[in-house]
Amino acid sequence: MSTHSPRGLHWFQALSDGAAQVGGLPPSLKVADAQLGEWPARYLTVVADPANRFARARDGEVGLLEGWGLAHAVDQAIAADRDQPHKRVLIAIVDVPSQAYGRREEALGIHQALAGAADSYARARLAGHPVIALLVGKAMSGAFLAHGYQANRLIALRDDGVMVHAMGKASAARVTLRSLEELEALAASVPPMAYDIDSYASLGLLWQTLPVSNAEQPSPSDLGRVQESLIEAVKDVQASGRDLSSRLGADNRSASRQVRDLLRAQW
Amino acid sequence: MTDTARLLSKQSFVELGARQRAKALLDDGTFRELIDPFERLMSPWLARQGVVPQADDGVVIAKGLIEGQPAVIAAIEGAFQGGSLGEVGGAKIAGALELAAEDNRKGIPTRAVLLLETGGVRLQEANLGLAAIAEIHAAIVDLRQYQPVIGVVAGSVGCFGGMSIAAGLCSYLLVTREARLGLNGPQVIEQEAGIDEYDSRDRPFIWSLTGGEQRFASHLVDGYAADEVTQIREKIHEFLRQGVPPVHRSQQAERFLQRLGALDAAPQIDPATVRRLYQGDRS
Repeated sequence: MSTHSPRGLHWFQALSDGAAQVGGLPPSLKVADAQLGEWPARYLTVVADPANRFARARDGEVGLLEGWGLAHAVDQAIAADRDQPHKRVLIAIVDVPSQAYGRREEALGIHQALAGAADSYARARLAGHPVIALLVGKAMSGAFLAHGYQANRLIALRDDGVMVHAMGKASAARVTLRSLEELEALAASVPPMAYDIDSYASLGLLWQTLPVSNAEQPSPSDLGRVQESLIEAVKDVQASGRDLSSRLGADNRSASRQVRDLLRAQW
Repeated sequence: MTDTARLLSKQSFVELGARQRAKALLDDGTFRELIDPFERLMSPWLARQGVVPQADDGVVIAKGLIEGQPAVIAAIEGAFQGGSLGEVGGAKIAGALELAAEDNRKGIPTRAVLLLETGGVRLQEANLGLAAIAEIHAAIVDLRQYQPVIGVVAGSVGCFGGMSIAAGLCSYLLVTREARLGLNGPQVIEQEAGIDEYDSRDRPFIWSLTGGEQRFASHLVDGYAADEVTQIREKIHEFLRQGVPPVHRSQQAERFLQRLGALDAAPQIDPATVRRLYQGDRS
């Protein structure tokens, strides 16, 4: 039985408003073309597939098929809009508990599959598609790098179930040779290590955080509020460049700016 | 040169530190380090966690020439915190790649070589390491439009985590037999999936699946060199002369989906199956 929440699926259904799903993709991907306000938009999310051919990717993890499948779905949109002056918006609905951990995955190059997805999202952004990631649940590590982190703008629901991190707590404790208690104590005092969405927001990577009444199953007003934010984000993208420089503004990223300034001065 | 002289003049690449590696790959006398250790631009996050920071944060950025053309090298020091990337080291790599892309837009053909010895995100700086790695991915894809980006995984740390994705985005990837390339470190897989799935202490097993030789035979990397400075240098020159490939490996979703579709995923996998599945139309 799946332990993974269906919130990604719920938000996908609400935002794509019953539009036909794009075929020819792994069953763990939900992709549909619908509208966002006045613009055409492609919505993409990863869902749990208990029958996934790859057993280690049955609970919503991003594995081999998911990485390459996302790449394929984004490539399709880039190709279809190649000669269009207005490129469709890409909305990555993010609820990914982790990448897939398994022998088949490593052997078959899951790193390459995730590179495929990151590559396609980045090329879409460079080609002029406004790419927005909507974080409705977990956005973990390699899974988030493949699905969402290449977006022009990141928007997160302000909810306890929304979490961005490089590694789950148990594994992070083991790798850094700390007890779970020590790790939690440190995480509370060091913003980039924390597991809550407000600490993450303090890093300046999010464009907006949105309070909603029900993050699991959006109410009509939740949906309206999120759509409004997505539309504002697209306008913001259209008024600025195609790079990720808007993420560098926070006090907690002053070293990231200082490094870039010094590099430029010494270049 | 006699055989003995040749043997004596051979220099191991794996044994070199990050700074020496960068020096060894740039044309003689052209190495110039940016934000060198004397700038003391260190991690703002490690000391408060009781970890001693390092003056270069484990990343060396060097400009210079390769075969007379402008180049930038980003070399990760595997000996510092397992080559993990935090805010400063990550920003050094991302920022250097961003400036190389900017050079190209101004007509200066700067190329980049990444020396990848890294476990991925530095967990003490977790989300800032992850963010920096996303920015490195973005910068590779941007720069790759103009010039090839070359990744080298020589060993002995290998290349894991988000930086294995960066490796997967490179135009050309060069490995040695010492190298390992994979998304998840063996310990983490064992922790998450159990020892029957992945025994992190079984070194031959791990190299048989993720080692340089296997990755080359499975066409997941482009070059395989002995652990020798001259050989690695020559391979890099060869890749740079080839220029930007018409299609990058990370742009072949359809081909990989088709190959994976042909695999019976039920039985546990072995290295020979991967080679058979992926060999053939190297592109």
